[in-house]
Amino acid sequence: MLSLYVPGESVVHRARAGLKLGLLAALGIGLFWVGSPAVMAGAVALVVLAGVGLARLPWRALAVQVRPVWPWLALLLGFHLLVTDLRTGSVAVLRLLTLLAAAAIVTATTRVTALVAVIEWLAAPLRVFGVRPARIGLVLAMTLRFIPLVAERAARIREAQAARGAHRVRLGMAVPLLIQVLRMAATVGEALDARGADDAPARRPRRRTAVAS
Amino acid sequence: MRWGRRPAEEADDAVAPGAGIELRDVEHAYGERVVLDGISLTLTERRIGVVGANGSGKSTFARLLNGLVVPTSGTVLVDGLDTRTQVRAVRRRVGFVFQDPDAQIVHPTVAEDLAFGPHNQGLPDDEVQRRVEEMLGRYGLADHRDHPAHLLSGGQKQLLAIAGVLAMRPRRIVFDEPTTLLDLSNTRRVARVIDELEQDVVVVTHHLDLLSGFDRVLVVEHGRVIADGTPAETVPWYVARMD
Repeated sequence: MLSLYVPGESVVHRARAGLKLGLLAALGIGLFWVGSPAVMAGAVALVVLAGVGLARLPWRALAVQVRPVWPWLALLLGFHLLVTDLRTGSVAVLRLLTLLAAAAIVTATTRVTALVAVIEWLAAPLRVFGVRPARIGLVLAMTLRFIPLVAERAARIREAQAARGAHRVRLGMAVPLLIQVLRMAATVGEALDARGADDAPARRPRRRTAVAS
Repeated sequence: MRWGRRPAEEADDAVAPGAGIELRDVEHAYGERVVLDGISLTLTERRIGVVGANGSGKSTFARLLNGLVVPTSGTVLVDGLDTRTQVRAVRRRVGFVFQDPDAQIVHPTVAEDLAFGPHNQGLPDDEVQRRVEEMLGRYGLADHRDHPAHLLSGGQKQLLAIAGVLAMRPRRIVFDEPTTLLDLSNTRRVARVIDELEQDVVVVTHHLDLLSGFDRVLVVEHGRVIADGTPAETVPWYVARMD
């Protein structure tokens, strides 16, 4: 999800973000009606084929998102082997794998702004409670932007502490990181003001991003 | 995208422009600590530099100029607009580039971040896109359009931050130590970019080389402007004072 967009001109790239998210949600629900490992394996294969064939994504773009989850899938299978059976476990693992691959295709073919616009559209009914959907979208985009930045700052602090002899990751790292993050947050707040974030209108009528491929 | 503009903002923009930025007996304090004290100036020159030691108050001074900081007492007027009461209109006229571009880039990818300011200004989709393309081309970021912003080099991040402000087409741009975090090559690159801008600029900096060719340089110390003149007059004086 973090900056995993792969530019392209495929039919999947051109499809509306709302449609892709809707299909992903429908797939998520539909897969719970499937109980056969063979059918589920077929679903994985179909999704992967759609990613490589229809969306023209490189294998790597899908693998990057699925790879970190392998240990958890293995744990899940192990858990099912202990408490249920191999069939139930394999269905659960394949279901998650299908969803992960499908989600990877959506994030690799959809710009963040388009996803954010859909979230804003979905949050639009909350206006009656005084919620500003544009703010929710901005928070989402900024979360995606700043997670790697905070991780980078944490790495710098770890290096600084290691350079002074602290070779283990310690809880003490949290304090300087928190101070840096709070300082950065103050400047980011100023930057948002300076760039007119407070001027953002309450209504965003269309879902598509303004930035072309 | 069509963005509604509030009538009040249009009224703000309709205020008859005065000449430049005027500070009238400005004082600013953080709690008990006075950081700016009794500053009265009119800034009309195209290129103005601000120098001073750390903690002298120059960053607060810069923030006064587009309403990021409102003076504790006194008035700051931008083209006749009061930063206290017409802050949105002021910020449309005065862009701000921060020292740390990482704090200024708020969207995950380059093109998305460039579109952020123009979107907020309520511009239509095609105009936003036109400005994004223009900035990508002008600052050599076209090949990085969909790249994650956090993977850019320091110089590219600062260029993106500047481009993000320029996409909003302000009349003036305030730079708060724009080269402090950059190496020599990127410092020169950013200096060239500032030099080529058609907008009026106010540059707060420790890099005195940046100020050659400027029209006016202010020296700030302990919250006061202690010297004000051409670079030829003020920079050597400031250097001698720092020795």
